[in-house]
Amino acid sequence: MPVSARLLGRLEHICGGEHVLTHRHALATYRSDGLAQYQVTPAAAVLPGTAEQVRDVVRACYEAGVPWVARGAGTGLSGGALPVSDGVLIVLARMRRILSVALEDQQVVVEPGVTNLAVSRAVAPTHFYPPDPSSQIVCSIGGNVAENSGGAHCFKYGFTTNYVTGLEVVLSDGEVVQLDRDAPGYDLLGAFVGSEGTLGVATRITLRVTPMPEHVRTLVAFFEDTAQAGEAVTAIVSAGIVPGAIEMMDRLSIEAAEAATNAGYRLDAGAALIVELDGPRIECQARFEQVAALCAESGGRHIRIAAGAPERELIWKARRAAFAAMGRIAPAYYVQDGVIPRTRLAAVLRRIDELAAEYGLQVANVFHAGDGNLHPLVCFDAARPGEPERAEELAGEIVRACVDAGGSITGEHGVGVDKKAHMPAMFSECDLDTFQRLRCAFDPLGLANPGKVMPTPRLCGEVPGPYREHPLERAGVAERF
Amino acid sequence: MPGQELTPESFEQAAASLAQAAAAGRSVHPRGGGTKDDWGAPVSAPDLVLRTARLGRVLEHNVGDLTAVLEAGVRLEDAQEQFARAGQMLALDPPLGRDGQRDATIGGVLATGDSGPLRHRYGAPRDLIVGITVALGDGTIARAGGKVIKNVAGYDLAKLFTGSFGTLGVILSASVRLHPRPEAAATAVGTTARPETLATAAIALASAPLELDCLDVAWSDGRGSLLARSSGAEPAERSERAAALMRAAGLHPVEVEPEDHELWERQRAGQRSAGAALVRVAARPSELAQVIAACEAGAGRLVGRAALGSSFVELDPGEVARLRSALPGGAVAVVLDAPPELRAELDPWGSGEGTALELMRRVKARFDPAGACNPGVFVGGI
Repeated sequence: MPVSARLLGRLEHICGGEHVLTHRHALATYRSDGLAQYQVTPAAAVLPGTAEQVRDVVRACYEAGVPWVARGAGTGLSGGALPVSDGVLIVLARMRRILSVALEDQQVVVEPGVTNLAVSRAVAPTHFYPPDPSSQIVCSIGGNVAENSGGAHCFKYGFTTNYVTGLEVVLSDGEVVQLDRDAPGYDLLGAFVGSEGTLGVATRITLRVTPMPEHVRTLVAFFEDTAQAGEAVTAIVSAGIVPGAIEMMDRLSIEAAEAATNAGYRLDAGAALIVELDGPRIECQARFEQVAALCAESGGRHIRIAAGAPERELIWKARRAAFAAMGRIAPAYYVQDGVIPRTRLAAVLRRIDELAAEYGLQVANVFHAGDGNLHPLVCFDAARPGEPERAEELAGEIVRACVDAGGSITGEHGVGVDKKAHMPAMFSECDLDTFQRLRCAFDPLGLANPGKVMPTPRLCGEVPGPYREHPLERAGVAERF
Repeated sequence: MPGQELTPESFEQAAASLAQAAAAGRSVHPRGGGTKDDWGAPVSAPDLVLRTARLGRVLEHNVGDLTAVLEAGVRLEDAQEQFARAGQMLALDPPLGRDGQRDATIGGVLATGDSGPLRHRYGAPRDLIVGITVALGDGTIARAGGKVIKNVAGYDLAKLFTGSFGTLGVILSASVRLHPRPEAAATAVGTTARPETLATAAIALASAPLELDCLDVAWSDGRGSLLARSSGAEPAERSERAAALMRAAGLHPVEVEPEDHELWERQRAGQRSAGAALVRVAARPSELAQVIAACEAGAGRLVGRAALGSSFVELDPGEVARLRSALPGGAVAVVLDAPPELRAELDPWGSGEGTALELMRRVKARFDPAGACNPGVFVGGI
């Protein structure tokens, strides 16, 4: 059902006229998220300022039968916050209050629009919030919850889902539920985190924070090729060492990043491996010497150890710049987010090289080596006829190579609209139908972020079978055993 | 009709047995080692007990990837032995049973969401499971997640099934993340007779950048202790630092135990009761002194995870209701072990029905529309 004047009137009443956008120019900002190749103009965008306003907006949409999409900072890389043209975009950017900080309980309560970095800032200098997507300066916690965001430090510290301990969620019918890690019952909190906005919208988020490590050591080692660097990763992890971060870049990404940052990366190297250890000082020292030795044993030449914070920052600057710096190599690129078992690294990278040669395109590789999360950047020039299509096809081949190796189509960017076509490579129809059962329990009308995650639209029937709640049960008069 | 027992040898057999029973309107109760069989609300004997004993294979142990795929009936102890041979572990150390039983299976531990002291550093079962295969009441065999540690494709049904007490379907296998097994460890132990002092010391240790493996409390007969375990390359040095923090917080005496196996075995054993009642309490970590006071008032004893606010209180069954009312507001008290009389008398899950209960009922109805899977044992009669 299209967005009616009546619904717009209700939204204006709820949020205030200035927070309801309907003009084409005003909506232009919201046509896409971090994945700009998908663009849809929503019928309206609303910017609620409170949880109650979010609830009322969702309820108004429900009563009008209008779909909606929640959006945080719009930095997502899978089109998860792509609007629907006949629906409402709920922008949570105004909800940026930190509601409470309780360091004695290692707990912070925030609104969904608070940025990832603001959480760490709120608990500094004694504590920090570990999941750190590279967009952490701007990305929102609400978006992190929707996508179960990771980052460079999640091999050691875990993902967003390991840090969310409570949520207030508005379901698609406007009902508000509290999901708490410690409450008895199903782990709906665990099911909600990473559900990409399809189960509801979080309006209040409780996070666990952790003590700031007292010591950090960082090095970057340069190798002949990625296979050799991969051996170093295996050697380090097999020695029982769990680095705070362990990141790899290949020749092409080193070239691009170095041109952009002058960080001093060696242009004659086939691979760079950044290893960062953090933790108690003495533990860190002992392990760090071991890491340097293992890198050398695996064939690492030119091991550069950061002498202090500025040099560490420089090493990381190149890694963080890798995506943006690709602009120097090619006018455009597709970024993939496949995951493989770490031990399959050499084989999968070889396959990627073969595929790249076959398609006549360049692929740069940047990855979180500890957890096997690859970010192949498939470079192309949109001005050349057929090249964007070829690049997209190659990107799909790479994803399939990851699944064939026993991995996943996405490690941290989410399925969104971008990878939903690849879901059947990983899951059977039975698996997908089972996912849909969860969706139907939360959102039977399919109003929350429709068209995402699932490869084909699925409807929810009535709950089949005999288990319908008896009115007496609802009233609490009788219980069912 | 007397209850039937089946021990399927394959996922397909398990799914077919479940589907047949469900279609005939019969109730099905999955059973692993049977060490927690009476947990949850009391129900009449199930029509069919589906035993996982013959789903007992470690399907994969990917040493280099630190992952494993386990069938539900694998005994946790057996799996740990296999992982240990490669210098690895599944960082999950719940009690393996009551009264010297050691039969807990991976399926049972996941279905009940049980954990032990290692939860401090490594999280609960939901944090270690990366993929799952389940059988649903209509015979569907479905998979979610995968076998890599990082994966956000599809809904996280592994977490949904973990702790669901078999009410959504039968867990057939699970993929888990493994961790390096520490070569050396030591534990600092500090003692006090004042709950407030113990609570203050616990917060000091929880806030320190020591990367402890475990941070537990224990309390009985008017005295308590704080136990902080370090492992890794230099556990002795860190244990001394932990001990210094304990002394500074007023604990006395404080000692470092290099041979700490017994200490932790005792903490795990404190999570079970043979004969009395065992209540799992979840409160804010900063409310530890109040939880101890409530435990003392009922002449109970307590073990728990200091930094997580998770405590296990053993006390006389007659004291459970009073314990519940004496806990700080917002605390949750779930009865685990209890004599059948007590289980029948009070809701083991606690009376406070959360706002999510209706949603949970809808989840149950979608996954198990026939109501065949362990009906009635879960929260709110699910």
